[in-house]
Amino acid sequence: MKQTIKDGEFSFMDKKLERILPRVQKPARYTGGEYNQIIKDKREVELRVAFCFPDTYEIGMSNLGMSILYHTMNSLDYVWCERVFAPWGDMYEEMKKADIPLYALESGDPTSDFDVLAFSIGYEMAYTTVLDMLDMSGLPIRSSERESLLPLVVAGGTAAVNAEPMAPFVDLFFVGEGEELDNELLALLRVAKREGWTKRAFLRQAAQIGGVYVPSLYDIRYHEDGTLAAIEPLEGAPARVVKRIVEDLDASPFPTNPIVPSTEVVHDRVSLELFRGCVRGCRFCQAGYVYRPIRAKKPETLIRQGIETLKNTGYQDVTLLSLSTSDYRPLERLCDGLLAYCEERSIGLSLPSLRADNFSIELMERLQKVRKSGLTFAVEGGSQRLRDAINKNVTEEDLLNTCRIAFAGGWNSVKLYYMLGLPTETDEDIVGIAEMANQVLHCWRQHAKNKNRGVKITISTSCFIPKPHSPFQWEAQISVEEYLRRVNLLRSSITAKNVTYNWHDAETSLIEAVLSRGDRRIADAIELVWRRGGRLEAWSDYFTVERWMQAFADTGVDPYFYTLRERPVDEILPWDMIDVGVRKAHLVREREKCYASELSPDCRRQCMACGATKLLKERGCDE
Amino acid sequence: MNEKLRLRFEKTGRAIYISHLDLMQTMQRAFSRAGYALKYSEGYNPHPQISIALPLSVGAASCCELMDFRLAQEAELSDMPARLSAVLPEGICVLEAYEAQRKCAEIKWLQIEGRFDYDERDGAAMCEALRSFYSREQIVITKKTKRGMGETDIRPAIQSLVFRATEDGVGLSGRISAQEPTLNPELLAEALRQLTPEIAPDFAAFTRVETYDAAGEIFR
Repeated sequence: MKQTIKDGEFSFMDKKLERILPRVQKPARYTGGEYNQIIKDKREVELRVAFCFPDTYEIGMSNLGMSILYHTMNSLDYVWCERVFAPWGDMYEEMKKADIPLYALESGDPTSDFDVLAFSIGYEMAYTTVLDMLDMSGLPIRSSERESLLPLVVAGGTAAVNAEPMAPFVDLFFVGEGEELDNELLALLRVAKREGWTKRAFLRQAAQIGGVYVPSLYDIRYHEDGTLAAIEPLEGAPARVVKRIVEDLDASPFPTNPIVPSTEVVHDRVSLELFRGCVRGCRFCQAGYVYRPIRAKKPETLIRQGIETLKNTGYQDVTLLSLSTSDYRPLERLCDGLLAYCEERSIGLSLPSLRADNFSIELMERLQKVRKSGLTFAVEGGSQRLRDAINKNVTEEDLLNTCRIAFAGGWNSVKLYYMLGLPTETDEDIVGIAEMANQVLHCWRQHAKNKNRGVKITISTSCFIPKPHSPFQWEAQISVEEYLRRVNLLRSSITAKNVTYNWHDAETSLIEAVLSRGDRRIADAIELVWRRGGRLEAWSDYFTVERWMQAFADTGVDPYFYTLRERPVDEILPWDMIDVGVRKAHLVREREKCYASELSPDCRRQCMACGATKLLKERGCDE
Repeated sequence: MNEKLRLRFEKTGRAIYISHLDLMQTMQRAFSRAGYALKYSEGYNPHPQISIALPLSVGAASCCELMDFRLAQEAELSDMPARLSAVLPEGICVLEAYEAQRKCAEIKWLQIEGRFDYDERDGAAMCEALRSFYSREQIVITKKTKRGMGETDIRPAIQSLVFRATEDGVGLSGRISAQEPTLNPELLAEALRQLTPEIAPDFAAFTRVETYDAAGEIFR
């Protein structure tokens, strides 16, 4: 299926753009025209959606969620959904100079011509880019200053589980999975546009759709000490917005004809999603809680969709996506089915997110016939006690066992990921990280197939960020100084020369922690950072902590109120109007078990009654 | 089937911004989508045996690109252009597929069309000055070479250059050296910027239209 825009209908190739494109890096990211893009006649649709990804083309085009929703929205014949990405700095400067507004890739039309700007926000560091894309569209960044119904500014993605920091900017949020929800909203908007509703009337009605959160319909009151006193829904908005999910993933639309970028992107391959949710319940992990309940796709569905997508795209690689690949029960059957097609065509199959405890070396051998790349394990904590406390069910024995098999099988590079600053962490736990690396090294000496090639063990640490809707949502984050002290402790504990240590900077984590658990009052700071040039801040090229700290100071926000303060369990949390399915009582219980260093079994051994099954109507969890 | 095959294709419109390396990848995927198996090289890191003659600069269009390849299986060549074009990005269209008889090294000249835009100045009045500029015996410019900045005379690489007034400024047609030496047509505008900025265009764009051999015959 090849679709092209006829000459004369395409506003994109305007003279101004033609002049700047040869001057910018990788201009193919700004032109659209890729194979499988969806082109419609704009005169024949009723709603035009600008699907905005607040990061670069390379990142956005690697996002499976965006690819799915692009197709589900375009499946409506009255909607034309097009893609919009944030330009890199050089293109941004050129666009400003030449007075070129943000435009959509398919038609080249300015986003201000669209009925909806729909943002996918996956991480906090994208917030300033959202504001920037609104501004590049010529729109006021604040919802209250956009008086007419259209263009409507909506957002979804993981950031919607605490939408508060972005509440003043976005008209409404989608909470949960968008496959059904997005189209329900568009159906309502179609009526509203035809009948000329006011924005207020539309938002009031939209708030009645399950999973829609309209921030302006919630009044937030505060105590003198700055904590929340009340969240009051207005005009019939629900007290709690319940996350939407797709119950039957096999029946849910999946694009087997995704757009094939004409220039290199981060994940340039076929992505197959095995399941949503996670059975593990690691207590630090937001994703492990907010994507519940567990819903798996059948291997037959995945094999069929995988082969179809390979045929339609010409990709040479397939990857399996999920929070924990090895927890996909029919993994062997799926791999067999895919490999039967892939092997004779030299198509590679890769499995990220394997766990150290049930790693199958036979499988890895089959997958990596040609190249033996490194193994990566997220160990998270340096001692068994700490790993029990965070419910990371990986033992040192599991890890060493896996390493033994891997070294004997010819691998010679292992990466170990940890977090520093987890609740209950002690100096002993930190020293334990270095000891574990030594154990891995010892294991290599004993079992390596070929010692001449040497071994490379890499330890990486990041600073723990407490996340909404996880059992650690009440926890304090450690200070930057304390993180650095722990980094130095670990550094001095590492003695082996084959062990490399990388640590993420703590300052980004501090800002992320403020944004992640912030309330509406930090919105002014986000705006100020953007006004002072902040955009694309997920890139270290563009992030500066000083700009954030200054903005906090200038807007009267105390960042440590959000990071260093342990919140009482009975405190109203800014995201309490969002119901992701898991009950608060379950989170409290899990947190208490952390302090008792007590494990919770994974969901398959014993259901802990987290509450997420209430989201299912026709089936049980993990069925 | 082991003959060397050749595609002739266009790269125009939005596709002109696809880089040479990305185009190789795009072509490889298009073959796969169209159901053709490219022949792979032997060895540790097998890769499909495709090569595109005379890499085109990003931003330049062409109606006469040539790509050599081998297939792992027999295939009918007559419907190959249609099958490939149907699965290529907007702006790439395959014109012809045939067995390659000659080596691409025999390409000597390129026929090009160009556009010099003048915003504030009268393009029609420029034609004469441009003609006279390119009639010089030597046109020595400074350009980046593998050994740093160097001086090059681009005049021997220009066989002919004709200018005409157009709506936006000046249109040009010319025949320039394709290889040994390779002349990037962008240097035609660069030479003006360096030597006679007063007649240098505000914007220049080029399209390759035909390949010729040393004898001046069309190369296929």
